[in-house]
Amino acid sequence: MGVSGLAIPPGLRYVLGRIAQLVPTLVGVTLFAFIVIRLSGDPTSVLLPADASETEREAFRRAYGLDRPILEQYVRYVGRLLHGDFGVSLFQGEPALRLVLDRLAITVQLAGTAIGLVMLVGVPIGILAAVRRGTIIDHITLSLVALGQSVATFWLGLMLILVFAVAWRLVPPSGYGTAAQIILPAFTLAAYYLAVAARLTRSGMLEVMAQDYIRTARAKGLSEWLTVFRHALRNAFIPILTVLGIQIGELLAGSVVTETVFAWPGVGTLVLDAILRRDYPLVQAVIVVLAVIYAVINLAVDLLYAWVDPRVRYQ
Amino acid sequence: MTGPSSRVVRAFARNPVAMIGLVLLAATGAVAAFAPVVAPDSYDDQNVRARLKPPLWRSPAGRMYALGTDPLGRDVWSRIVYGARVTMSVAAAGLLLGGGVGVGLGLLAGFAGRWADALIMRAADIQLAFPSLLLAIGLIAALGTNLLTLLGVLALRSWAIHARTVRGSVLLVREQESVLAARALGAGPFRLAFKEILPNVLAPLIVVSTAQLGALILLESTLSFLGLGIQPPRPSWGNMLSAGRPYMTVAWWVATMPGLAILAAVLGANLLGDGLRDALDPRLKL
Repeated sequence: MGVSGLAIPPGLRYVLGRIAQLVPTLVGVTLFAFIVIRLSGDPTSVLLPADASETEREAFRRAYGLDRPILEQYVRYVGRLLHGDFGVSLFQGEPALRLVLDRLAITVQLAGTAIGLVMLVGVPIGILAAVRRGTIIDHITLSLVALGQSVATFWLGLMLILVFAVAWRLVPPSGYGTAAQIILPAFTLAAYYLAVAARLTRSGMLEVMAQDYIRTARAKGLSEWLTVFRHALRNAFIPILTVLGIQIGELLAGSVVTETVFAWPGVGTLVLDAILRRDYPLVQAVIVVLAVIYAVINLAVDLLYAWVDPRVRYQ
Repeated sequence: MTGPSSRVVRAFARNPVAMIGLVLLAATGAVAAFAPVVAPDSYDDQNVRARLKPPLWRSPAGRMYALGTDPLGRDVWSRIVYGARVTMSVAAAGLLLGGGVGVGLGLLAGFAGRWADALIMRAADIQLAFPSLLLAIGLIAALGTNLLTLLGVLALRSWAIHARTVRGSVLLVREQESVLAARALGAGPFRLAFKEILPNVLAPLIVVSTAQLGALILLESTLSFLGLGIQPPRPSWGNMLSAGRPYMTVAWWVATMPGLAILAAVLGANLLGDGLRDALDPRLKL
């Protein structure tokens, strides 16, 4: 082994390389959150309450080093983030990080239910459409997929409320706390990803089912459904999982809209309230926390993919 | 028309899904372009005697309100028509801006040296690794709700995917025999870029842009619904929907109709994008 070999196995090298890729992304995210506050003018006018006195402002500038060079300010900002100091909410007077994490737990309930729906409903529909290709089932699936990918989330949510809560009174129109209250928002949040999952599963299955070994399985007399489950599904599943994994991060961010429609007290309603009240430290904290989660989920999905499909590691 | 292009046109015309998409999008565009002709009222003509009237309501004077009226007695259809103008032009401008920057940077990444390529593609990675709604919320929180910020947000949403697409095609095409031959015959970099490479990049570019148009219409509508995009009284489908929301139980049409308009436009763009993809390159998958 040469000097450059260092005896790091390629698998580990892939993992380390992929983790290292996280660094520029996190720098980008924190830089964005940092710059956003400066874009809006004098940081003391957005980070302090409007009625703060000039001496308070001066004290704040000194405490947070706002009189220092901009690069030093950024490094200090990242340093504070690393110590868990995300600033203090201007309106609630509490640490922004704690507020975000409290609400995040409520958002995760919604997002988790939505992801469950995507997996348990979207994927089976895609399989069914692929196996029954060209039939009425397939056509209906494709139509619903096209609609699901084009509909505005907030409109779908309002229509569901109109039909299931107002007209038929089957579920409460909004709010948080009971199991019945999660049904409509979870379906609303899941709708787009249901469509994506069904489409990807269908095309993935069709591709795999055209392969030689599937023809062999059929030729040796295996029934259609047994062929699907024993041979096709396993091979179609990996790319489906990868794409869905990436979508999970989008789903978390997308919950802003669904939460607004259903008055779901998660991180989405938190950030929207924060914007309307110009509570910048809180907005900043939400952006950084969600973006970090998003990046980490993408990393986890990539590593999982490489673990399942070793070819990735050697590319 | 040369052989391959007429084949593409025929494949496209024979695809019913693509034609539905084309019709939906063209209809939306036409309604937006000819708004004063198509709409009986302006978007802010109020009539206190005709508040919250249902679709197909006829006024005592015999005037028909096809899609009903809103809480201020404004004709919902007229507002949707003028909303089409706002939404479609904002989305199109955002697409032109983001697409233009993306194509430029993509060509640069594909042609220029390795460090420019690495820099641009890393920036695109970071951009794509960031949920677009979150980015929009951050920027609007800082810069306030104005048209320029909105356009910037839409452009940011779309430049990276354009840059990636163009760069990918450039790298593929660059080593093709026809391009190598042109280069060997002494074609300059501009001739190469515009005569040899751009036509080959065009197909995937058109597919991506069409799909992006749908995404931008959705993003603009979402931001306007949240109160972060187009501000009233200027009508956009998103802010109309949000204004109609408190009246949903007594007047369902005020919030329902703008949502149908969004659905029609986005569905049109998505179906057209799918159809173009199938016609231009059956192997291309997005």
